[in-house]
Amino acid sequence: MNALVRLFSRPWIWSWGAAFVIWFATIMVTGGASTLGLTQAALTFAAFSIIVGLGQMFVITLGPGNIDLSVPATMTLAGTVALKFMNVENGMILPGLAVAVLIGVAVGIGNYALIKALRIPPIIATLSMSFIVQSAAIWTNRGLRIKPPSFLADFTTSATLGVPNLALVALALSLLSWLVLEKTVYGRWISAIGQSMPAARMAGIPVDGVRFITYVFCAVLAALAGYLLACFSGGAALNMGSEYLLMSIAVVVIGGTAVAGGDSNVPGIWGASLFMFLVVSMLNTYGLGAGIRLIMTGLIIISVILLAGGRKPGAR
Amino acid sequence: MMVHSRKAVIEVADARVSFGAVKALDGATLAIMPGECVGLVGHNGAGKSTIVSVINGGLTPHEGTLSGDGEPLARYGVNAARAMGVRCVFQELSLCPNLTVAENTRLMHRRIGGFGWRSRACAVIEESLDAVFPGHRIAGDRTVGELSIAERQMVEIAMAFSDAGVAPRLVILDEPTSSLDASLAEQMLAHVRRFVAAGGAVILISHILGEILSTADRIVVMKDGRIVADRPADAFSENSLVETMGSVVRQEGARGRSQDFSGAPPVLEWTGGGLPFRARRGEVVGLAGLAGHGQTAMLMRLHAANSSDWLPRRDPAVTFVAGDRRLNGVFELWSILRNFSIASLGDLSRLGLVRSDREGVRGADWRKRIEIRTPDMENRILSLSGGNQQKVLFARALATRAPVVLMDDPMRGVDVGTKQEVYEIVRQEAAGGRTFVWYSTEMEEVCLCDRVYVFREGAIVAELAGDAVSEDNILAASFERGAA
Repeated sequence: MNALVRLFSRPWIWSWGAAFVIWFATIMVTGGASTLGLTQAALTFAAFSIIVGLGQMFVITLGPGNIDLSVPATMTLAGTVALKFMNVENGMILPGLAVAVLIGVAVGIGNYALIKALRIPPIIATLSMSFIVQSAAIWTNRGLRIKPPSFLADFTTSATLGVPNLALVALALSLLSWLVLEKTVYGRWISAIGQSMPAARMAGIPVDGVRFITYVFCAVLAALAGYLLACFSGGAALNMGSEYLLMSIAVVVIGGTAVAGGDSNVPGIWGASLFMFLVVSMLNTYGLGAGIRLIMTGLIIISVILLAGGRKPGAR
Repeated sequence: MMVHSRKAVIEVADARVSFGAVKALDGATLAIMPGECVGLVGHNGAGKSTIVSVINGGLTPHEGTLSGDGEPLARYGVNAARAMGVRCVFQELSLCPNLTVAENTRLMHRRIGGFGWRSRACAVIEESLDAVFPGHRIAGDRTVGELSIAERQMVEIAMAFSDAGVAPRLVILDEPTSSLDASLAEQMLAHVRRFVAAGGAVILISHILGEILSTADRIVVMKDGRIVADRPADAFSENSLVETMGSVVRQEGARGRSQDFSGAPPVLEWTGGGLPFRARRGEVVGLAGLAGHGQTAMLMRLHAANSSDWLPRRDPAVTFVAGDRRLNGVFELWSILRNFSIASLGDLSRLGLVRSDREGVRGADWRKRIEIRTPDMENRILSLSGGNQQKVLFARALATRAPVVLMDDPMRGVDVGTKQEVYEIVRQEAAGGRTFVWYSTEMEEVCLCDRVYVFREGAIVAELAGDAVSEDNILAASFERGAA
């Protein structure tokens, strides 16, 4: 009984529960025929939300007002430039990855430079940055659609032991993020800054350094997600990141991370990402019209947040 | 006496409140008569704040009854208490920092409404400020966030005494003078006496025993959730009060270390307006003067100049003990242990990973050393009483290797016994070569320092050393030229 109570006090349990219910409701309609296919598709598509969600979670943990709206533009630019740079050659895969990461680093530096040097609030700074980045993507792309190197195309679309490779990548990144947040000095610092910036400063935490690294980390994860998404979908498109603006924030919130900062939650991101994909596919399976689908999606998300909102913040 | 023939404003009978295993209130009975000032004293965690919450309706006792004017109060809550004229000034300042003084007044007085409420609220609060703190210089349209901590407390006190429809009948003052300097505290206590003489009732909670003895008519001593003594104030002396509270008065001689530090290497220097600031190795330097005259700003500058916002330092140069706990002290979501260890994580980690075994050992060590009253360091920091939270902040700073400790009036709301313990630790650490820069609003603490800088209007105006450190000299320097 006590174990059950403890389980329900975990902030991530709600997103996991919701994801499971939707998953179950969907396979019941198809009589269980689509179980494996649906699960694999969910894991594959959720992987992108997980990767960008992790970065956004780090930024949101920094406290009220911290958010990165440049995620979609960064994804697009990184995907476009990396594919162009690799030019369908398998030998260029690693240099291409390095280019994507460098783009992430550059966007992150730009974001924090705007926030700090020009004292622009993060929401405005990252939004303006995203216009610059998106324009750069349009300029490099010029309507060309370059295919990914064959090895990468195969890797991103296949599975190992039944688990999609992309989900494995997301898992590795999640474990890394969890380790950083829970076990390292840097993780403690982020959480401290999110709870009270003046107190963090007076406790001797290098506040600007930590925030800078965090914005860079978020942009790098977005770039990585863009690189993988471009390879997965057989080429970069200029609108490929657009859906991930709200998605990256939604999975953080539904996953049980405190919007006010200071308290993050890695497992919740998984539950929320799977949930977001499954809701859409369930409504598709039921054959509902687009309008009804959007309304239902909204209603379901609101109810999950309401349910999860009833919990008390747990002691840590 | 005529006073006692009247009915009690509020009477609490045999109240019991427990939080988990902790009995915060264990059968307390207290009646407050009109026209009396009741002093309420006790250690941190003795149950003072709990009984106050019961009286102001914030907390319903698990057992026991409440009555007002002789009638039992069945459905008592914060609003019912306000309607009866019960007002409370909290230990933790509770004004909204983003609103103006007048707007905060409106929040408290529901009856101020309709067109022109701002100017009426302004008039109400300014009238009350004029009555309590003549010559206060606080305008009703100032935003609370811009006010100094002392001014915020003045507003809060004035608000409790203000009258907009419902006249105050019982005002509860919980550590009202902790952020006020001596002259403001005196103004406030004088107002308390006037208010009581006019038939009002006051509950005064303070760790400054002189205040209680001089102001209260009756003194109630609490210990472990019970009332252990309830006698007229004349029956107590400072010593007998401390004895009743159960803490041992440690006879503390004169500073006893009138050492000469002129040979010691300076570790911290600052030149701004006024006299230059310099602190030497092993010295306890006091910052004195009236509250809010630039002492905290000085500590912030010293901290900023000696720490980096961009790169972590392997060997921290300074560490800081906050006085305004909620603003720049505690991390509210965290456990006691995490709050304690945050400043010394560099020593408790390897390759960037926090070694939780060493963290736990060091936490347990300090918990014993300064007696943080908690069954488990993993409990949330907010489960501790204010004084114990302050101890955690002390432990946080002292556990670092920083050679300089900056203290921003850290003894706010800390009980007498703990203060003595902390003074002892400060003395030991200073003897070991640590430097302390200590801002305090309490004269007794300033007089413990080896050397004192007196501040006035943001600048250092006097430097006192050795035997020249005395209450008279400090007051003289603070008030010179008729400032303030």
